Amino acid sequence: MAPDFEIPVLTTTVDKMAQWARRSSIWPVTLGLACCAIEMMSMAASRYDISRFGAEVFRASPRQADLMIVAGRLSRKMAPAVRRIYDQMPEPKWVISMGACASCGGVFDNYAIVQGCDQVLPVDVFVPGCPPRPEALLYGIISLQRKIDQQRAFGYARS
Amino acid sequence: MDVSAIIAALEKAVPGSGAEALASIDQPAILVPADRLSAVCGALRDDPALRFAALVDIVGVDNLPNEPRFEVNYSLVAVDVPSRLRVKVRVGGDSPRVPSVVGVWPSAGFLEREVWDLFGVVFEGHPDLRRLLTAEDWEGHPLRKDYPVQVDVPVAFEAPTQVTEEQFRETIRQDRRLRGAQD
Repeated sequence: MAPDFEIPVLTTTVDKMAQWARRSSIWPVTLGLACCAIEMMSMAASRYDISRFGAEVFRASPRQADLMIVAGRLSRKMAPAVRRIYDQMPEPKWVISMGACASCGGVFDNYAIVQGCDQVLPVDVFVPGCPPRPEALLYGIISLQRKIDQQRAFGYARS
Repeated sequence: MDVSAIIAALEKAVPGSGAEALASIDQPAILVPADRLSAVCGALRDDPALRFAALVDIVGVDNLPNEPRFEVNYSLVAVDVPSRLRVKVRVGGDSPRVPSVVGVWPSAGFLEREVWDLFGVVFEGHPDLRRLLTAEDWEGHPLRKDYPVQVDVPVAFEAPTQVTEEQFRETIRQDRRLRGAQD
């Protein structure tokens, strides 16, 4: 005999639940290397407002962050420092390469700039632009959220 | 202050200084032989007629096809009677060496490190001639005209530069000695 009311329960998997929680509160580390950081700050400010997507808490300590936005050109001298900040972030963690310089060196095709920060960090999302508009970075964060949704929370190590 | 007046005052303070006037459109400029640089700079700072108290900048120049290849420019400012002076030194390309002026103007410490880092001009007598802008293990001097624009070297990111506690203390001690402070 079926009851004539709906039971207020949703069923899901632990994986989906955990990844939903992770993607809904991405905390970026405060890291700005060049002019892209201005657009990143603009994205965090009232007009574009990433708190709509739960990613507004820029942490000054890598120990409390799980997203690194490489905003700007990465010089060879800065590479060890950025890598160290990345290593200090707790798992799980993700990286967005913001702008042409971080992604491929951009106009700085010279000895001093790392030609793509994927030589140093495992990048999840590349955001093109010079610099990208705040909307573009927002789209990058939403893309990252979609990507996190498809990842497994348990069972295998993140590549 | 007129450039001929500067040369005259310099000749009186340092006989046989070898300083000569250079053509310039914005401020007086003089050329000094490298081996007389320390004496000339001391006189430029201390002579009551000159009193160039501040060293504002040191600039390196690389004239690659020409000899002498390197030129080092010192920008000086006199505060008492406001005036500026550009002092130039020219050195050859095979082993460029210029005496350090840290003893005259302490601000030369960082500036000479920068010029050495980017041009490879050795400043003899500099107390701490280390790289300033490039990484510590950098090879070559990037602002030389024959330095390649792009280098095929893997990015080193695994081991950030670390100093031991003893090295850190020694650096602070050396800095205090340079500035004449007591430990």
